[in-house]
Amino acid sequence: MASGRFGIHGGQYIPETLMNEIQNLERAYLHYKDDAEFNTELSALLNDYAGRPSRLYFAKKMTEDLGGAKVYLKREDLNHTGSHKINNVLGQVLLAKKMGKTRVIAETGAGQHGVACATAAALLNMECEIFMGKEDTERQKLNVFRMELLGAKVNAVTSGTQTLKDAVNEAMREWVSRVADTHYALGSVMGPHPFPTIVRDFQSVIGKEARAQILEREGSLPAAVIACVGGGSNAIGSFYNFINDPVRLIGCEAAGLGVDTDKHAATIAKGTLGIFHGMKSYFCQNDEGQIAPVYSISAGLDYPGIGPEHAFLHDSNRAEYVPVTDEEAVSAFEYLSRTEGIIPAIESAHAVAYARKIVPAIEREKSVIICLSGRGDKDVAAIARYRGRGLEE
Amino acid sequence: MSNISAAFKKGKAFIGFLTAGDPDLGATEKFVLEMERAGADIVELGIPFSDPIAEGIVIQEADLRALKAGATTVKIFELVARIRQKSQIPLVFLTYINSVFKYGYEAFFKRCKEVGIDGIIIPDCPFEEQGEVKEFSHKFGIDLISLIAPTSEERIKKIAAEAEGYIYLVSSLGVTGVRSEIKTDLASIVDSIRPISSVPVAVGFGINAPEQASSIAKIADGVIVGSAIVKIIAKDSASGNAVKTVGEYVKKMKDAIK
Repeated sequence: MASGRFGIHGGQYIPETLMNEIQNLERAYLHYKDDAEFNTELSALLNDYAGRPSRLYFAKKMTEDLGGAKVYLKREDLNHTGSHKINNVLGQVLLAKKMGKTRVIAETGAGQHGVACATAAALLNMECEIFMGKEDTERQKLNVFRMELLGAKVNAVTSGTQTLKDAVNEAMREWVSRVADTHYALGSVMGPHPFPTIVRDFQSVIGKEARAQILEREGSLPAAVIACVGGGSNAIGSFYNFINDPVRLIGCEAAGLGVDTDKHAATIAKGTLGIFHGMKSYFCQNDEGQIAPVYSISAGLDYPGIGPEHAFLHDSNRAEYVPVTDEEAVSAFEYLSRTEGIIPAIESAHAVAYARKIVPAIEREKSVIICLSGRGDKDVAAIARYRGRGLEE
Repeated sequence: MSNISAAFKKGKAFIGFLTAGDPDLGATEKFVLEMERAGADIVELGIPFSDPIAEGIVIQEADLRALKAGATTVKIFELVARIRQKSQIPLVFLTYINSVFKYGYEAFFKRCKEVGIDGIIIPDCPFEEQGEVKEFSHKFGIDLISLIAPTSEERIKKIAAEAEGYIYLVSSLGVTGVRSEIKTDLASIVDSIRPISSVPVAVGFGINAPEQASSIAKIADGVIVGSAIVKIIAKDSASGNAVKTVGEYVKKMKDAIK
């Protein structure tokens, strides 16, 4: 059995053509992750360019309104490019450059990872091509233009459901076709080993900072850390440094129109064990193993699988995964905008929605951290449409 | 001697691929019998998958057509059982691992043996992950056919050392699909396999013209043709000519490698 397992999950279920490359990537990563010069360069990029550390903001009005534990927002939305995606991308693109690659490709759902990738590629002089489901290019037209502005080529994927899953398929097909000069900068903690580990490590800066920040502010650990989960990169990044602490870790899945309908992307709630996109994990699929078309208002959570480490944290009962519907997420999107003057990404709004449910029942002297993984500017037009107001983007 | 190794004893082998259930399961049965009649030595039956990441657009679309027409793993096993009443041509499944995993490894290979499947190719199950599958493919005597790619380099040694059935040598980088030119130095890859394994080497990915097949047959033991056949099926099924045109094509290709 190949390396890179989280319990029974993970592995390297990919075409032979990619095996040498993925083993090279693992070797390069193991070398550079402890390399002083690499880490100095990466820290400089994260701090000076991306704006880290991100703030841990005490949401006073939300706390007063909910009447329970103190609510803190980990402000990944304030990073350059507007989401946590830049943490992983700066790491991977820098690593790719060290490996002698001259070109990066990536999938994107909402466009946040694509924009981050195009940004890092522009900064580090790499050629960049992004694969995005055609339906998502229409949902997120501004991000398409943003990527093009940054010098990337955007390929609209017309196969399958024309969303994130199909964008991953197409990026993998492209990587098989051109592997020598190209790095596939996977955007989440998914895919074949070593991606789930690499992406987790680059994203773990979120929880590492948040842990130190909450200890400084409160003098104690939070009662819970809450994050949205599609593939699960901001969630694992938030959870990782709390895994050995007595802290509830809560991942919020996209329940779309509800887990009792066929329009959701709630992998833990409704999925079953399978092997897809290079990994063993839970997937929304039928009895024959055909991957199900999933749905969420949030393009970033509209994915039929979940990263293997999350599947393991679920199996071992270390983390809880809960479904949050479109309606709950939109309502939280509006709530945070009005209450704190912060417009969250619709993905992150899933975490805000669940916090609204549980915070009132947690003692006032305790605290919870919500990972605000991205900002909501990209979603404003879609939310207006959801509320029946047509807006020109 | 296994059914598959026997197929390579008669000279250079022509291996034809088609997606099971495209355009429907009844048609697949006719295509397989016609391919055998036209000279095919082995037939690879693709089990359609919703997200076939190693396939180009031709086979992706065939998979979707087959799924839409109602093909399932269960029905494909029944199809194989029907073909076996009429033909002993070696049959190999090409399937993504999730279809096997969801059926249950043991149940899947048990059923393969019952209906008369000879081998299996799993494009998203590389050498390192084969253990969990091999336990059961061996138990039921189904050859697990491994792929070697132009990028395999030093991996060739360990893959070839454990090869069964035939080695599927991928002609070029990328996904399946018709190519006008194959630039990989296949001869040197074949040379590096020979001292390690006596299992036959068949080359696939991109082969569609008789001239390509003929030049590849000079260095390998067989040629695998998929997308070109699937294209004919897609084009000629509506007019009802596909059985005839698939047969003519297979005959032309087989003649080219004789």
